[in-house]
Amino acid sequence: MRGLETVPIREGTDVVRVRQQVRVLAQQIGLGTVDQTKIITAASELARNALEYGGGGMAVMEIVTGPSGPGLRLSFEDQGPGIPDIQRAMTDGYSSGGGLGLGLSGAKRLSNEFEIHSSPGAGTRIVITRWK
Amino acid sequence: MDRIPILKLGDALLVSVQVDMHDRLSKALEEDLTSKIIAAKSKGVLIDISGLDIVDSFIGRMLDTIAAVARMLDADTVVVGMRPAVAITLVELGLTLSGVKTALTVERGMAMIGLGVSTIHGEPGHEGS
Repeated sequence: MRGLETVPIREGTDVVRVRQQVRVLAQQIGLGTVDQTKIITAASELARNALEYGGGGMAVMEIVTGPSGPGLRLSFEDQGPGIPDIQRAMTDGYSSGGGLGLGLSGAKRLSNEFEIHSSPGAGTRIVITRWK
Repeated sequence: MDRIPILKLGDALLVSVQVDMHDRLSKALEEDLTSKIIAAKSKGVLIDISGLDIVDSFIGRMLDTIAAVARMLDADTVVVGMRPAVAITLVELGLTLSGVKTALTVERGMAMIGLGVSTIHGEPGHEGS
């Protein structure tokens, strides 16, 4: 298994960098065009969330091996204010900022696995996986 | 600062988004486009996204905003050239871009806003919608 790759998220152009890096890894494990598009889009949503709501953070990317083949696991972490009501934040259309409120729920739909850890004051960590 | 070029195509404006969008670029495009709509008295805006391999909610919101502002300035917006994988992903993301019209090609987009190809070749004003 290859090592972790980390991309810091500090400004808008870093979101672009996250997308580019996810694309490279998605191609490496042989994801098809639609699956590549889905995981890159999910990564873009979560990286932007980390930037807008978490005040920046980082993306950690890893190629993992599952029972039926390789997958791409992406983790997005920030040290922001955290999410007080995760269930509410996962609802389509709910946004605490000026966004469309599709970031979290949309990223979940675009991934095969989705985990979220967050509490007020302790930042947010979201891990998504897309299997080949 | 990078800017996205805006081309005049008959009575319409054509924007080809080829690069990865980020905040500043998106804001600059919104501003450039609105001043150009006024300056060129454009009746339509075509946004070609065939060069984009993803559209996330950030870019989706930009497209919606441009369409809404253009509408207030009496110009129609059509998004053209969306890749199939992008369409599938957008629907799953929950973003249906209900505020913008779409067409498969620039030519069909022009027809959709009532500006046929003849307009481009110098017969302005005779095309119905």
